[in-house]
Amino acid sequence: MSLSSSTKTKRRIQALLLLALIAFGVVIAGCGGDDEAGGNSGGGDKGKVQLVAYSTPQTAYEDALEPDFNKTAEGDGVEFSNSFGASGDQSRAVEAGQPAGYVNFALETDVTRLVDAGLVSKDWQNNKYKGIVTNSVVAIVTRPGNPEGVKSFQDIIDKNLEVVTPNPFTSGGARWNIMAVYGAALHDGKTPAEALGTVKDLLANAPVQPASARDALQAFVGGAGDVLLSYENEAIAAQNANQDVDYVIPDSTILIEQPAAVTVDAPQSATDFLNYLWSDAGQKIWAEQGYRPVNKSLVDKSIYPTPPDEFTIAEFGGWDKVADEFFDDKTGSIAKVEQELGVSTEK
Amino acid sequence: MTAIAAPRPRAGIRLPGVSGALSKGLVVTYLSLIVLLPLAAIASKAFSDGLGSFWDAVSQPQAVAALKLTVICSLIVVLINAVMGTLIAWVLVRDEFPGKGIVNSVIDLPFALPTIVASLTLLTLYGKDSPFGVDVAYTRVAVVIALLFVTLPFVVRAVQPLLLSLDRDMEAAAESLGAGRARIFRQIVFPNLAPGIAAGVALAFARALGEFGALVLISGNVPYKTEVASVFIRGQIESDNIVGAAAVSVVLLAVSMTLLAFVNLIQKWGLRDER
Amino acid sequence: MSGERGLTRYGLRFVALFYLAALLLLPIGVALVKTFDDGIGEVIDQITEPDAIHALKMSLLTVIIAVPLNTIFGIAAAHVIVRSDMRFKWLIGAVIDMPFAVSPVVIGLSLILVYGTGGWFGADLAAQGIQVIFSTPGIVIAVIFVSLPFVAREVIPVMQEIGTDQETAAETLGASAWQTFYKITLPAIRWGVTYGIVLTTARALGEFGAVTVVSGNISGETQTLPLYVSKQFETFNSVGAYSASLVLAILALGTLLFMNLLRRRED
Repeated sequence: MSLSSSTKTKRRIQALLLLALIAFGVVIAGCGGDDEAGGNSGGGDKGKVQLVAYSTPQTAYEDALEPDFNKTAEGDGVEFSNSFGASGDQSRAVEAGQPAGYVNFALETDVTRLVDAGLVSKDWQNNKYKGIVTNSVVAIVTRPGNPEGVKSFQDIIDKNLEVVTPNPFTSGGARWNIMAVYGAALHDGKTPAEALGTVKDLLANAPVQPASARDALQAFVGGAGDVLLSYENEAIAAQNANQDVDYVIPDSTILIEQPAAVTVDAPQSATDFLNYLWSDAGQKIWAEQGYRPVNKSLVDKSIYPTPPDEFTIAEFGGWDKVADEFFDDKTGSIAKVEQELGVSTEK
Repeated sequence: MTAIAAPRPRAGIRLPGVSGALSKGLVVTYLSLIVLLPLAAIASKAFSDGLGSFWDAVSQPQAVAALKLTVICSLIVVLINAVMGTLIAWVLVRDEFPGKGIVNSVIDLPFALPTIVASLTLLTLYGKDSPFGVDVAYTRVAVVIALLFVTLPFVVRAVQPLLLSLDRDMEAAAESLGAGRARIFRQIVFPNLAPGIAAGVALAFARALGEFGALVLISGNVPYKTEVASVFIRGQIESDNIVGAAAVSVVLLAVSMTLLAFVNLIQKWGLRDER
Repeated sequence: MSGERGLTRYGLRFVALFYLAALLLLPIGVALVKTFDDGIGEVIDQITEPDAIHALKMSLLTVIIAVPLNTIFGIAAAHVIVRSDMRFKWLIGAVIDMPFAVSPVVIGLSLILVYGTGGWFGADLAAQGIQVIFSTPGIVIAVIFVSLPFVAREVIPVMQEIGTDQETAAETLGASAWQTFYKITLPAIRWGVTYGIVLTTARALGEFGAVTVVSGNISGETQTLPLYVSKQFETFNSVGAYSASLVLAILALGTLLFMNLLRRRED
């Protein structure tokens, strides 16, 4: 009430306010932006490669490709920062401002998103391999020894097995699975409508549709389902991590094409890295890590047999068309399938 | 007695800082920056394509199914919590047994453990390899169990302080007058605990509605069957349907806020009786 | 009579413990067993991995910023709500509750809508060269958001419970508002504040969903401990994941222990 005590009061409050504001200011000023694992040490003159990729190739990049690249002339002294996550999430993050120099996703549409945002050049596919850095195929992952004797997608339906496949609306990887089943059915002589019916039968046998491909693998390894639909390279990664799984490549399946690109603002070292990944040395390491080289001459048929009926997404018009026609969440044919399944089971 | 030049105690006590203006200003600014700003962005996005688009997104069958599942499971969870939470709080406060301290401490763990750990351990115990032969993985039961885990602390911690500060004299008096235990609980203890239970229930409900991490592994995520609202929202984001995601988020938020408001009213009503 | 009470007491105790065992204690037990599957040496190796240590530092950093801020806010907000006659204070209470009502997925999305490239502040931030999202500030903001309500929520009922008698008396005796607050109110709400801090800390440590979206997941840079746990599960390093979870649990329990010690010392 006296002047001096209200001044004291004011001062104390101001001190507290100041403290709070300082703390807040520290936050906003981006205190943690680049503190550790810095590209600020001596070898940073080549530019740091900010790698943003989907989740599977984490071990491939961190344990093999990056160290090997560092041994080359172009790669000597190049530093990396690595970010891995679900392909769609990562792509969206880059679009929303995550710094990236080199990107590698599971689905072409994830790169297209960045092209549309002006972050990747429109001519990212103007090269020998059309922007694809690795291949894989959709495989059927089974329990050790393939106890059910599954050889094709149709087998899963015929034997009434429980299949684990990611939710096609939360997982880009799931879309490869669906198109593989669809395409295989088409090539089996079914009409498009019948082929969709096959997809529906398969999904009806899916008690669990995890959010991402890696979650699906974990669910399967954890005991869910009888078989899992996944990438061949996921299955190999699991085996390399001593997980008890086997896998079968159906005769009729889709070739998974995993795109990579550099961003418009990327340092030269990012482009060097991409070129390295396309070089024989890089492709050989990819092969060791479970991925099929895009350089066909380097594909060891004993490890990576070519399925007799290997088709690509181009057959269906490319991902832009397929994303609309099949996976639009309101008008897409798969959305309708899921709805039919849901409605029928609700009764 | 009558103070000489004392200020009349007003309806509210004075707050420090120039009639509390600074306190109020601080509180409002902080809230606006941290909470209101991001939520306004969501609301703005939800309606950015117009009301029609908002309604389309929200009335879409898969959205409705997800919301229905989420709300129903959350209600079930909350009912169980109301009973069990109170019971546990009672046992922790009024009872003594070896190891009580440890049990009391671990009640807060569901907050601190990453939800993914909850998912995995629950899956181990109640999934395919269950040592008890209880396999409910990928069913709605799994959703309820996972939600019970993450909402466990809410009611317990809301009721405990009230139990601790409860005046035992009234109970003793009632007992000596011949009232049975159940009646004492109903008429003396429970009314005092009700605000805490209500508060805990509201929080548990809100948390259950939005839970993602704990459910993502154990619930199956099958659209129309075991897909909860938060997974559906994520799916919308993945399909680049941000407006749709924002729209369903707004609905989810509205449902929780309504219940929270309702419960707050009950609390206020309960307190007014005391005065 | 006492026999009946005894039966009820044992009955209640049994039900409570059974429920807790099935839902909480057993899962924690399972987690512990899996943590030490390969022996304690492996656990120590795992938690001393550079990425793990960095994730720990990251988590601690967010806690050190979020908890004091939310504590000061919580006490101030409780005071305003319970003791002032401000209009619309019910609105403040409602907004404080909002973080409870928001799904982590939504929080992540909302922060991107505000601070991301196409967001409300996106262009301004980019012009200043400030990276909020996909960097530490974004993580801290997300953590502050989710752990905001706890102190306020714990303190409000306590403040209501203790009533205004002492404070009125103090004012009548000539204490300034600040003195009243500091010497009477604060000590009385001590227990609420303490628990609020414990809950805030636990929540801040365990936040996963929102941070996943806004952190950018850059290994060794923007990973908090829960993110690190998730990463380890994804790369089939379950011992590493459980070990990191153990660290989180110890931190949370440690906070509780510390607070209990403080209380006991004062009593």
